[in-house]
Amino acid sequence: MELNGKIPSGPLSQKWDNYKRDAKLVAPSNKRKYEVIVVGTGLAGASAAASLAELGYRVKSFSYHDSPRRAHSVAAQGGINAAKNYRNDGDSVHRLFYDTIKGGDFRAREANVYRLAQVSVNIIDQCAAQGVPLAREYGGMLDNRSFGGAQVSRTFYARGQTGQQLLLGAYQALSRQIGLGAVESFQRYEMIDLVLVNGHAKGIVTRHLVTGEIKTFAADAVVLATGGYGNNWYLSTYGRLSNATAAWRAHKRGAYFANPCYTQIHPTCIPVSGDYQSKLTLMSESLRNDGRVWVPMKKEDTGKPPASIPEEDRDYYLERKYPSYGNLAPRDISSRAAKEACDEGRGVGPGGLGVYLDFADAIKRLGRHKIEERYGNLFDIYKEITSEVAYEQPMRIYPAIHYTMGGLWVDYELMSNVPGLFVIGEANFSDHGANRLGASALMQGLADGYFVLPYTINNYLAEIKEKRPVTTQSEFTATEQEAKDKVAKLLAINGKRTINSFHKELGKIMWDYCGMTRDKAGLEKALQLIPALREEFWSTVNVPGDGEELNQSLEKAGRVADFLELGELVCRDALDREESCGGHFRSEHQTEDGEALRHDNTYSFVAAWEYGNGSGPKLHKEQLVYEEVHMSQRSYK
Amino acid sequence: MNVKLKVWRQHSAKSEGCFEEYEAKNLSTDMSFLEMLDVVNEDLTLSGQYPIAFEHDCREGICGSCSLMIDGEPHGPEDKVATCQTYMRSFKDGDLITIEPFRSRAFPVLKDLIIDRSSFDRIIQRGGFISVSTGSAPDANAIPVSKVKADVAMDAAACIGCGACVAACKNSSAMLFVSAKAAHLNSLPQGQPEKDIRVLKMVEQMDKEGFGNCSNTYACEAVCPKAISADFIAKLNRDYAIASIRTKLLGREEVVETI
Repeated sequence: MELNGKIPSGPLSQKWDNYKRDAKLVAPSNKRKYEVIVVGTGLAGASAAASLAELGYRVKSFSYHDSPRRAHSVAAQGGINAAKNYRNDGDSVHRLFYDTIKGGDFRAREANVYRLAQVSVNIIDQCAAQGVPLAREYGGMLDNRSFGGAQVSRTFYARGQTGQQLLLGAYQALSRQIGLGAVESFQRYEMIDLVLVNGHAKGIVTRHLVTGEIKTFAADAVVLATGGYGNNWYLSTYGRLSNATAAWRAHKRGAYFANPCYTQIHPTCIPVSGDYQSKLTLMSESLRNDGRVWVPMKKEDTGKPPASIPEEDRDYYLERKYPSYGNLAPRDISSRAAKEACDEGRGVGPGGLGVYLDFADAIKRLGRHKIEERYGNLFDIYKEITSEVAYEQPMRIYPAIHYTMGGLWVDYELMSNVPGLFVIGEANFSDHGANRLGASALMQGLADGYFVLPYTINNYLAEIKEKRPVTTQSEFTATEQEAKDKVAKLLAINGKRTINSFHKELGKIMWDYCGMTRDKAGLEKALQLIPALREEFWSTVNVPGDGEELNQSLEKAGRVADFLELGELVCRDALDREESCGGHFRSEHQTEDGEALRHDNTYSFVAAWEYGNGSGPKLHKEQLVYEEVHMSQRSYK
Repeated sequence: MNVKLKVWRQHSAKSEGCFEEYEAKNLSTDMSFLEMLDVVNEDLTLSGQYPIAFEHDCREGICGSCSLMIDGEPHGPEDKVATCQTYMRSFKDGDLITIEPFRSRAFPVLKDLIIDRSSFDRIIQRGGFISVSTGSAPDANAIPVSKVKADVAMDAAACIGCGACVAACKNSSAMLFVSAKAAHLNSLPQGQPEKDIRVLKMVEQMDKEGFGNCSNTYACEAVCPKAISADFIAKLNRDYAIASIRTKLLGREEVVETI
């Protein structure tokens, strides 16, 4: 089936205006008759819930955390892009659009990305008005910095904790609506299933994480803002609780999962130090504004103290390979370059899995004080973890799973193929193509929540003819029973292996065969290993405790069970996509100098997978039609 | 290295708790404190016991989930870090480490080391925001903010809402938390219109939640993982006094009525 992205008519720059002109509205006095469920309270979820409530809709906001403020958007460090052109350096909506499309290796939907660039400017206005303490210059105006994949300075930031501050802005807007009674907040509720009525998303099943009570909620529409699935790789920069359960269970109810193999591996993370490691910590890409990446030229120098290696024996490989972007080459390219250097035996630190990120030149040029001001908290984090002082010796960094560009398929209105099910933020697939540029995730999350969904959801709600269902209807009771049965099944296995051991083993399969580089043989192997591991999970996993209590093991078991299914789909998609693009690098498909080689004639489509229910996933394609941009080989040289 | 743990175990909010002792063996000094607990929990699970419930998520000191009292100190022995950024290198081989939840009447224990901090959310819901609905904002550079003020606002806004300040205070006061949010918003020009009402409402909610009063011991500042300064408490007291005078003495009754 060809998927219809419902892209509005007209020239690219007028599509969003045309859409808004034609979209249906819901009158202010009618809005309070509609209820919307928003799952997740990160940037996308909190901004959407707050904005919808401000419009007058009755909103129910759900999150598995104890507070909306804990959502993992909080951990984003570097910044948020916006086409403000405050620097007078030639930026524009079109340039931000183009950089994002190009950064995504021409695998994103043109119209969505253009709209994203258009509303980017409103996001900064909104956040500044909310009191988000974005960095300022002495004259009182907003400051900017540069991020990877761009030749202008368009990234707004709040020290090294931009995500935290933007999230707190959205959280405060949400809190205001909770205080006013316009949003009902359900914390420590995990969504474990989606309820469909006549094919439309009309409710969710939740498990209360303190009492264990399984309960359903009905609404006129359901919005998923549940983040990405990077924890499928076990070690990642995600929060430990981040999971794909809400999205995956919606997928099993019919929502298509698009481009699952598009995953981002961030080049600058603190390397793994031991087997017990539970997560990887990112060092913001913004560090590459002032840090220089290098490895020793010669293998035998890798064990030497870095300061003792003379300049001529160092290989600043990003500056060498990509002179015009240098250390600010996009993430996928920088990550692969680090892997290559380490594969050649020139990596540094334990296991040779690390490269240097060196600030010596910047400290010499600007003084230590300036570097402290720009990145102080990042240097502190680095010291806590490694006990090394990066002002005195270079950081060691290595790539790690950081973001997933794939997600549930949505059309231009951010609605999935299941009517009434909207998907926003990292949970959808639409804006980043095969690779996301730095400082674009915060932009997309807030764009969807503040400025896109509040327009597009009207178009669906205004068309509803039937009354909102009630949770005593058979669709709700039946789905609730299935969810209860699943919980009971997990608790009844009573095997000998811990949940974590399965997660770790799955993560290793994913990293080895579906990580930075992938090939047919490896992916085929993963497609045998994962189902076998899943079978073992369902017969030998040990989930202690019972269902009617606070049971973190049970929570984790449900999430790992879903990863064991989603992981297989990721590998299937990676195997199916016989080309390299962005973060998806198939070693069979590369140019002579080792860059990703796309096959636009055969693969310029979105791969949207329908859940197979025993018969294997079924592929649906949405052709990417580029009206404005010419697909070209990316060059950052 | 090997350490012994004395851990608070409590099955649910209603049941009584007690300390249990466990051994944690073959640890690396590069392990984080929470990774050490992961290892203990794997062993407990394999031996048929209940793993220790504790809250965590980002494990990089920014989400504010982790909340352990380690040897009587919120977030453990190191300064300016959260529990998740505490590493085993801060302990010695053979140590006996006592682990408890943050304790306060306003933070009831839900299970083992997990507490309910929704009281913080309710304080923010009363006034910890600037009322600006989506779409109504002027251009971001239309309101200049001096760098000094923006930096002060950022210092205050760095709070992660973990509750260590409350746990450290002998009165269980939430003044550092409340004052940090008030200072963040009250320092900025955008926050001026609601300045008075904000502090009056937030303080009222703080009292309602059962947090104690501040008696200026600065224990909160000493344990704060984000080094939030107790100077903000002085600012809150000042803002509160001015707000009270303006609303109550100068008769801005419309403000009083909305509180």
